[in-house]
Amino acid sequence: MWEYSDKVREHFFNPRNSGPLEEANGIGDVGSIQCGDALRLMLKVEPETEVILDAHFQTFGCGSAIASSSALTEMVKGMTLDQALEVSNQNIADYLDGLPPEKMHCSVMGREALQAAIANYRGEEWSDDHEEGALICKCFAIDAVMIEDVVKANNLNTVEEVTFYTKAGGGCAACHEGIEEILAKVMAERAGPGEVSPPPACPATPEAPKPPAKKLSIVEKIAKIQEVLESVRPMLQRDHGDVELADVQGKKIYVHLKGACSGCMMEAATLGGIQQKMIEVLGELVQVLPSSHMPVEA
Amino acid sequence: MITTNVEHPAILTLCEWLEKEGYVVHKLKVDKKGRIDMDEYKSLLNDRVAVVSAMWANNETGTIFPVVEMAELAAAKGIMFHTDAVQAVGKIPIDLKNTKIDMLSLSGHKLHAPKGIGVLYLRRGCRFRPLLRGGHQERGRRAGTENSASIVALGMACELAQQKMDVENTEVRRLRDKLEKGILGQITHCFPTGDVSNRLPNTSNIAFEYIEGEAILLLLNKMGIAASSGSACTSGSLEPSHVMRAMGIPYTAAHGTIRFSLSVYNTEEEIDRVIEAVPPIVAQLRKLSPYWTDKGPAANPEAAFAPTYA
Repeated sequence: MWEYSDKVREHFFNPRNSGPLEEANGIGDVGSIQCGDALRLMLKVEPETEVILDAHFQTFGCGSAIASSSALTEMVKGMTLDQALEVSNQNIADYLDGLPPEKMHCSVMGREALQAAIANYRGEEWSDDHEEGALICKCFAIDAVMIEDVVKANNLNTVEEVTFYTKAGGGCAACHEGIEEILAKVMAERAGPGEVSPPPACPATPEAPKPPAKKLSIVEKIAKIQEVLESVRPMLQRDHGDVELADVQGKKIYVHLKGACSGCMMEAATLGGIQQKMIEVLGELVQVLPSSHMPVEA
Repeated sequence: MITTNVEHPAILTLCEWLEKEGYVVHKLKVDKKGRIDMDEYKSLLNDRVAVVSAMWANNETGTIFPVVEMAELAAAKGIMFHTDAVQAVGKIPIDLKNTKIDMLSLSGHKLHAPKGIGVLYLRRGCRFRPLLRGGHQERGRRAGTENSASIVALGMACELAQQKMDVENTEVRRLRDKLEKGILGQITHCFPTGDVSNRLPNTSNIAFEYIEGEAILLLLNKMGIAASSGSACTSGSLEPSHVMRAMGIPYTAAHGTIRFSLSVYNTEEEIDRVIEAVPPIVAQLRKLSPYWTDKGPAANPEAAFAPTYA
């Protein structure tokens, strides 16, 4: 709960632009008192140019909610409304040097307040389009509502499928029980009253890697490694990342993490997931490491 | 089985799992001071009940449950009784041999023993199966090499707690009351939660309205003051503490609950420092709150600030 970046701390301890803004002509109120987060964003917009001259906030919420609000007001000052509409929750998180996965919703709230305030200025109706549930997968910040929707929409039956569609459960695997519960619930609903629903398929306990019948040749081994990497690439590419094989040295497999994956705070979880797959496919213990760990040749 | 809806997750999560296995779990409700209704309890005791589990004292508010009486009522119907006494052991006198309590759980770190050591007390003759199997340790009751150093330390901690039981119930209680009075006297729109007339001597849980607990903790922490909160953020869930919700504390206050826990090692100076530190922190956060104006809470807070989705 306390793993905040220095920048988050700094914005929390010294919030910028807090308190009411008398001349505000665009106000966005978003949040939920049940969740313990609520934000009022006040904008002073110059009508001719649609430039945001000033921005203030009032927030009921935790450290990162206050820091996100403070960061947001700093970011949008001087922007035109059209520019401000381009600000994503990731931009807010990046501005703060990242937020813990449990706290990403604070940045989402910031983006929504901004859209609501702009809609208010323009005299438009703004309706929130996301519903948020309990956080299930902490590695990839996937909540229960999202998993349930995807399970329903795609008729999913196994944890593996959920991981493939949402990434939830693809990291440390600690949330597999939670995903199974959602599956059991949706599958029971799907089966309808009176029918006995099948228990959720449970691949949560990985089988011990079976040793391959014969030792793989180095060519076969690299082909298998490539296969595994190909299978995870679509998932990474969806988040604007990518991975490619750098080198294989004995039991160490070095990979280049590219795009959004490089420097991502989930790098270790990503590599851990790939490593687990490699071990299963190759039937031997291997280590997957970022190419930056490659020994420098003499 | 019968339990209460303000138990620690250690019990509630197990109960939820048992419910999935087909067990029927009755959860006793509490009133706005966190007290159970003994008539409701009595009405549930029948021969279909296997076990009752009720906490001795609540971990958030310190409110004490009448477990000795509850155990007697259960025993009269032949029902086993377990109590989670993690908060109570070392704070109030406990004399198990003169009770009908069959099982009691306690945790060392609550009375200055190391973390990672605890006790499950079993009355002699209590029917019991081990949770961990595969070793003859503790006469087959719990497999695994004993952590001797921590066991000795817990024994010592219990001895010391026993010696200081009077101090705990006089001096610590006085400091706790001073702290609570000091805070309540300086800050408007805050109130102590739980049954203040029947609670542990070392616990004070105060709800600060219109602000959020984690933010308070971060600012307290910066001043070297450690406390805990029932806010959603600190629990890692999206809802505030189930204990506060069970007592019907409104959301605007439940998110701002802070538990101060004292021990025999706290000093008068420390208490004075906390009394001095809290009001500016609360004022600082209320200044940021959309539910608050210069003159106090917005006239009709729920209407003055009604966010788009709730």
